[in-house]
Amino acid sequence: MGFKKFLAKRAITMFGVLMATLLVTIALVGANMDSISKQSVSLEIRQQVTNNKSLLASFKTTEQLDSYVENQIQQRIKSLGLDQPWYSPQRIGLSMYKILTLDFGHAKFLTSDSGSSDVKDIILEKLPRTILLFTTATAIVSVLGIFLGAVAASKVNSKIDKITSGFAIISSSFPVWWIGVLMIFVFAFLYPIFPARATPEISVTDPGYWGSLLYHMALPLITLVLIGFGSWAYLVRNFLVGILQEDFIMAKRAAGIDEKRILYSHALKNAAPPIVTILALSLSGSLGGAIITEAVFDWPGMGRLYFEAISVLDLPVIIGATYVLTAFFLASVFVADVLYGYFDPRVRRE
Amino acid sequence: MSFSARDIWHEFSHSKIGMTGIVILGTLFLMSIIAFVTIPVDNFKTWNDPASWLLYPKSAQPAWINYFQSEKIPEHLILQPQSSSQQLDSVYVLTDSFVVNYQYDGFPSDFIYKYTSRYSGSPLLQISVTRPDGIELQLISTSLPFSNSETTYTSMIFSTQNVIVKNLSNDKTGYLFSFDTLSSEKIVFSKLTENKILKGNYVFRIHLYDISGKPVLVKSNLILGGKVYGMMGTDELRRDLSIGLLWGTPLALFIGITVSIGSVILGLLYGVYAGFKGKVTDEALMRFNDIIYAMPALPLLIILAVTIGNSIFLMVGFLVIFGWVGIAKVSRSMAMQIKTLQYVEASKLMGQKDYKIIFKHILPQLLPYAFASIAISVPAAITTEAGLSFLGLGDPTFPTWGQILHDASSYSAAARGMWWWILPPGILIAVTGLAFVFMGQAMDVIINPRLRR
Repeated sequence: MGFKKFLAKRAITMFGVLMATLLVTIALVGANMDSISKQSVSLEIRQQVTNNKSLLASFKTTEQLDSYVENQIQQRIKSLGLDQPWYSPQRIGLSMYKILTLDFGHAKFLTSDSGSSDVKDIILEKLPRTILLFTTATAIVSVLGIFLGAVAASKVNSKIDKITSGFAIISSSFPVWWIGVLMIFVFAFLYPIFPARATPEISVTDPGYWGSLLYHMALPLITLVLIGFGSWAYLVRNFLVGILQEDFIMAKRAAGIDEKRILYSHALKNAAPPIVTILALSLSGSLGGAIITEAVFDWPGMGRLYFEAISVLDLPVIIGATYVLTAFFLASVFVADVLYGYFDPRVRRE
Repeated sequence: MSFSARDIWHEFSHSKIGMTGIVILGTLFLMSIIAFVTIPVDNFKTWNDPASWLLYPKSAQPAWINYFQSEKIPEHLILQPQSSSQQLDSVYVLTDSFVVNYQYDGFPSDFIYKYTSRYSGSPLLQISVTRPDGIELQLISTSLPFSNSETTYTSMIFSTQNVIVKNLSNDKTGYLFSFDTLSSEKIVFSKLTENKILKGNYVFRIHLYDISGKPVLVKSNLILGGKVYGMMGTDELRRDLSIGLLWGTPLALFIGITVSIGSVILGLLYGVYAGFKGKVTDEALMRFNDIIYAMPALPLLIILAVTIGNSIFLMVGFLVIFGWVGIAKVSRSMAMQIKTLQYVEASKLMGQKDYKIIFKHILPQLLPYAFASIAISVPAAITTEAGLSFLGLGDPTFPTWGQILHDASSYSAAARGMWWWILPPGILIAVTGLAFVFMGQAMDVIINPRLRR
């Protein structure tokens, strides 16, 4: 199978996953969505009628008024297509089409910092912050992890190897958000070095905003790095230990090539495919895990937006955020696949 | 690739981390048993009922911190009585005495006597206290409401009641300072010369006199208010954290083990079936597997919990939905290898039915892998459930560790320095996870001999 065919197959699967996730999300929130939009329609009509004095005066009895209002509501519901249940093919098709074209509609309760209630605006405002925090963290973690893993692999069963492995196992058993709570407790209250809430108080337009944002980012960043680099080092170490036993490394050793050079240029190059895959996957994984971490640190990104949307059941935001999170997740899975295929030709020829 | 159970156990018992895991797990099971035996189920159902925690102190630190301090903080004591009864002519006297050796460097914040009595007529209740210096003080003397027939009556007597201070000041016992503005516990527990704590043995006696019949004290507790309590302290809602933490153990084990066993069984059957059948079936099953595999689990779990429900059993189901995928992938590739072995092909040629081949020849080969995956997937299940509970999406009827942390963060325990509310649940989550990680690692080494080098 050629590389192009491999890519095409993966892309189709990813698109299928995106659609399936959307469908599941719509199916789960659809019933609630219906009742909420119907309520808002009837509220809107009632307001229109009560605001229109001349129309109000033309009714003689309250029954007449009620039947008129009822009629109007039914008409509006029909014109919006709400008379059909959410699972009718037309409605699902329409909502899927809207979401695909990034038209998420308007949020019910939440607004962006600049005051817009358009879900697209809200997401566009929050997304860069999440990417800023988690991409920085992943970058630091991977560099630290690869370096430490290489050191541990070069001295198997040494003290540093054992400490790395032990730290990896123990640090990955603690929930990140719990360490986050602890860090806030220690470094924001016991020793007030960092702010407890990660949301900067100054407004976005202020020139000092980004500086303040970076200062507020310190504590969540430290937490993510602290929890993350151990397991990275452990994974890299395990890959490298496997590769260092391969025959071609033995050959290099026999040829008298410097041990350091073998490790960093030959062994690490061969460990690249799985490492790159994990890099891409952990980037996307951190986006999902961001929900709890951002809730703990009050970081104004996608994760907290998602959590807030869930707690007030702001359905357009939930659907929009799920779509964006899923799209990012799939994009990185796809990139991982492509890179893996690129680095390791065996995958393509399977 | 085949192992007998005895070989595996033999190797396992020689693995240090494997045995550490077993020991931790054993301790956790012991804690669960203690929870089942000592704390009645009704008791933990009242976890969220503030009324059942009235006798407990608010945000009290664990009692053992007194060992590390020169100044002993008064402990919150819930005292149990020693009962005795006697009959003087026609009067029945019931006496409950509470002995306490008070060695703290501060006054109790208050004292409360809570009782439930069964009687007929109108008994007289008297409370007196004998101090370490031998002085006996009358605190209160009150009659219970009259009743013709036998009745049960529950009430409380508080140290803040004015009548107690009044009785104390009538009792010219020789205090050398004025009682103005002092509350009764600061008088009862004070030295005579100055208003400082008098350490030593105090005996509180409750007398119940009745002439019409023998009165019974069904429940009788004397509470001395303090700022430290029990092994684990209490939270803002006065709940005893040791009960919550203890009950969290069987819940976490239940969630972790059910989810991992469920996912492994599902994944194993799915993967083996796909691998064994091959061709179109395999392709279709694996594409479906890919779809679930690529779904973002946490956002969907949150939506599921919000829209469908958050009972603990539903939660287990949701976690299984996202848990089986990886195992299915691996067991499919293993089944594809085993399928090509000659004895499997032979039994196929002999006309063995598919399910028989799968259950007799393929699945047993995968058992070691299955056990290792069960152990390895437990921690993720526990932390995910804890995370959902931490967001407030857990089952509110059960005090899981995540739930306790959720309460801690909603009462901003970190900001108020309430470390005893934050540390233990997280450590327990991590320790439980570690036990399974250790066991999984040990088994992984056994079934993957390549890792041994």
